[in-house]
Amino acid sequence: MLAALSSFRPAGQDGTERMADIHKDLMARVAADRDREAFRELFEHFAPRIKAWLMKSGADHALAEDLMQDVMTSVWRKIDLYKPENGSASTWIFTIARNIRIDRLRRASSRPYTDIETLDMPSDEADGEETTFATQRATIVAAALSELPVEQREVIELSFNQDLAQSEIAQRLDVPLGTVKSRMRLAYSKLKSSLEALQ
Amino acid sequence: MTILHHLDDATVMRYASGDLDEAFAAVVTSHLAMCPECRRAARLAEAVGGELIEACEPASLPAGAFERMMSQIGEIGRPDAPPPKQVARTVAGDVPAPLQRYVGNSLDAIAWRHIAPGVRKHDIALGSKSTGKLYLLNIAPGRAVPEHGHGGSEMTLVLSGAYRDELGRFAAGDIADLDEHVEHQPCVDPDASCICLVATEAPTRFKGVLSRLLQPVFGI
Repeated sequence: MLAALSSFRPAGQDGTERMADIHKDLMARVAADRDREAFRELFEHFAPRIKAWLMKSGADHALAEDLMQDVMTSVWRKIDLYKPENGSASTWIFTIARNIRIDRLRRASSRPYTDIETLDMPSDEADGEETTFATQRATIVAAALSELPVEQREVIELSFNQDLAQSEIAQRLDVPLGTVKSRMRLAYSKLKSSLEALQ
Repeated sequence: MTILHHLDDATVMRYASGDLDEAFAAVVTSHLAMCPECRRAARLAEAVGGELIEACEPASLPAGAFERMMSQIGEIGRPDAPPPKQVARTVAGDVPAPLQRYVGNSLDAIAWRHIAPGVRKHDIALGSKSTGKLYLLNIAPGRAVPEHGHGGSEMTLVLSGAYRDELGRFAAGDIADLDEHVEHQPCVDPDASCICLVATEAPTRFKGVLSRLLQPVFGI
């Protein structure tokens, strides 16, 4: 279990933010002009990571590659739905990968998840959200994740990466479900307070 | 619409990781459509997912993977994403956008089934993979629902009207995100009916003997 955690190596603070900015610009070029070269750069960065992520969720090589193609095709097709003020490119691409994982790996229905992604919610900018802040958030989240106590990072990795339900995590770790939930809550509030410190 | 009752942080993380059954995902996304604070929370939790993908050790791809994908995209043509639907903030009495595919866009047009005095219900059909149940309840002014605990978790989102229970007053947009240990006895405000969207994981267990007799009638 702990070996799996060692794979979590955040890029340095500066590196993360610079990369997030580069990705944001590439996304803008794809959205504006259907710029294939910009999309190739995004593909070269994200496709191998999405494949790896899907394999952590239980897909074999062939399936992971197939689903990765679905994810990147959706990124291309849905690029107009990406709103930089709502989050970094990696966050948005994650939500697309997550929804495809629900449909094709879990074989469940992601309808509410996909419906909400096409909704153009009124911007919450009035509440203090801005594009710059969204990129900074990537940096803060990466840093905060790397500082989480091992048992909190463990439940996060088991749910987000290995696609285990909270009840399955409880079984796997042999702890009560309430313990899994409280570790999730602690991790979340740590992330939240790191962000609030920034504002 | 001032929202006082929000999603549990553990639920926000579950939502972000994709671990919600369709019934619960429908309630959570409906609440998100009404609640800017929980939208921000969900985005933060989704940023966790984004960073975890960033942190993955890249897997190898066969040479030419990009070109192959692009030629497939070329073959199917390049339909642009549908223009995003402009959705105003959901106000009390509206059907939240994520729920519209299930029940249409007007609460007035719902076909209700009478299940107990003052209580009407509308079951919502879900995909065959869903293990949870999703339904609307329409409870008459001043009515109390029998005190009950939960066999599993239960989520209730108020769409219009209001009720009060041991945890406080719940009005439009408020969500009661309860686990199996909570027992409550909701009582609807005296001036208007309360319409709620409810997801349950397992049959709700009523506490009193009489209430238990009612359970088959309620079916909740």
